[in-house]
Amino acid sequence: MSRKFEAALAIVLAILWISPLIFAFWAGFHTVTDAVNFRLTAPLTLDNFRTAWDGAPWLRYFLNTFILVTLILIGQFILCTLAGFAFAQIGFKGRDTVFVLVLLQLFILPEVLIVENYRVAASLGLIDTLMGIGAPYMASAFGIFLMRQTFKSVPKDLDEAARIEGCSTLGVLWRVYVPAARPTYLAYALVSISTHWNNFLWPLIVTNSDNARPLTVGLSLFGAPENGVDISIISAATIMMIAPLLIGFLIFQRQFVQAFLTAGVK
Amino acid sequence: MTDHFALQRRRRAINGWLLLAPSLVMLSVFALYPSVATVFTSLWSRGTRRSPSEFVGLENYRHMFDDPGFWLVVQNNLFYAGLTIPVSIGMALTMALWANATLPARGFVRTAYFTPTVLPMIAAANLWLFFYTPSFGILNQIAGLFGADPVNWLGQPSTALWAICVVTIWKESGFFMIFYLAALQTIPPDLKEAADIEGASRWTYTRCIALPLLMPTTLFILVNAMINSVKLIDHLFILTKGGPSDSSKLILYYIWEHAFAYFDRPTAAAMTALVLAVLGILAALQFAIFDKKAHYR
Repeated sequence: MSRKFEAALAIVLAILWISPLIFAFWAGFHTVTDAVNFRLTAPLTLDNFRTAWDGAPWLRYFLNTFILVTLILIGQFILCTLAGFAFAQIGFKGRDTVFVLVLLQLFILPEVLIVENYRVAASLGLIDTLMGIGAPYMASAFGIFLMRQTFKSVPKDLDEAARIEGCSTLGVLWRVYVPAARPTYLAYALVSISTHWNNFLWPLIVTNSDNARPLTVGLSLFGAPENGVDISIISAATIMMIAPLLIGFLIFQRQFVQAFLTAGVK
Repeated sequence: MTDHFALQRRRRAINGWLLLAPSLVMLSVFALYPSVATVFTSLWSRGTRRSPSEFVGLENYRHMFDDPGFWLVVQNNLFYAGLTIPVSIGMALTMALWANATLPARGFVRTAYFTPTVLPMIAAANLWLFFYTPSFGILNQIAGLFGADPVNWLGQPSTALWAICVVTIWKESGFFMIFYLAALQTIPPDLKEAADIEGASRWTYTRCIALPLLMPTTLFILVNAMINSVKLIDHLFILTKGGPSDSSKLILYYIWEHAFAYFDRPTAAAMTALVLAVLGILAALQFAIFDKKAHYR
């Protein structure tokens, strides 16, 4: 009996948890008066999507977000692989001290340093560029830590075998360690993509034109009260924006959950 | 012979530093230098065209501490952390226990709990607007069915911050659930069997076996939640913009406002320095805790 009750509670909570999403879908496909009055038999309409699509340069925003996420990911892969490898497999003086310094960045959030980071970005000429949005996140302490842990678990024999075959340090890294770390790369990629697809505050600060604005900033401008758009159109725009990530999540659900776990626990 | 080793060691060191160089450059430019510059900026006055900025020592800090707006924001942020952290951890634990038990529709339940984690906060805030809107918002419509008066959730100081907290809890719980879920799955099944043989109830099992074993996970989540309570503010931009009358303003939003709306960089820097100090203490605490844990392992 109590089991059944618990199951019911769990499901009610689950429905409650995705209800904002359900209502957005409901509102996005109905006219605003039908949506707010919950006329269950009201006809579906695609007008909201049409209006929303015409209301802002979404294609540009999509493209910006896409390039941004890719740019950050490539940067992170390269920087974190090199640094993680150095920390994991190359013994030299001062390594541990530097490692602790790097880990400090876990607490010095880029979000908190917006004021000075803006100055740095400005002096490097990165304002209103995708590079400006991405650069502060590329050398991620978290990514370095993750790669270090992964590389540490690679058997030393493989390393030695490759060296005997005449591989250089970078050759060993490329031929032995990188392939062995494939699952970690996948996990890190998923976490990084969803984080930066969703990031808002820093892109808001760095961009001031549509040239570099990602979806999140575009959406916040579009939904601003002074634009006078109604809730159905906002819902439609929101759905459009989250659709790629949401579909990706529903398909690769297991991997997503695993990724957040790997990224968090390790 | 020693020459050979020394040479090899030097080569290793050079290799190591070369590999680290790109990351260290980026970290210095976007974390280390800005942190130091923040403290530096916070000690100088705000320069105008007529009077260039000059060294004022702790003047900006005194100014900050004299500002009632600052204390309101600190109070708000403490309330925000004090409410969202325990509630989302509690929710996360409940969700994990449910998602781990053999209940019907488990896949759906897990997905539903976790979905907010992958949604952008900006988009989520748009969806929540629908709940909070004064005249036809869903909360008021539902309350109306029970004859309650409509409430302007985001428009009055007494409820705005609560409304913000609810969105945060909604966003965070599912994320923390994942860690509990993983930890629950590492608990050996023999413990459950032993408890069953002893005739312990499920509640006793959870309280006496599962919860103590989940302590390290709770600590990990706690630190994460504390960090997030500073940085999770995107929904403020959509839902309240810190208002009404600053009742839902949080520290990071206040920093943003000072730096980019009032162009008062020194005050923003002083506040940033304070946040960095708090996060630093948190970091030290965490290292201490994890160090201790490493000892008795």
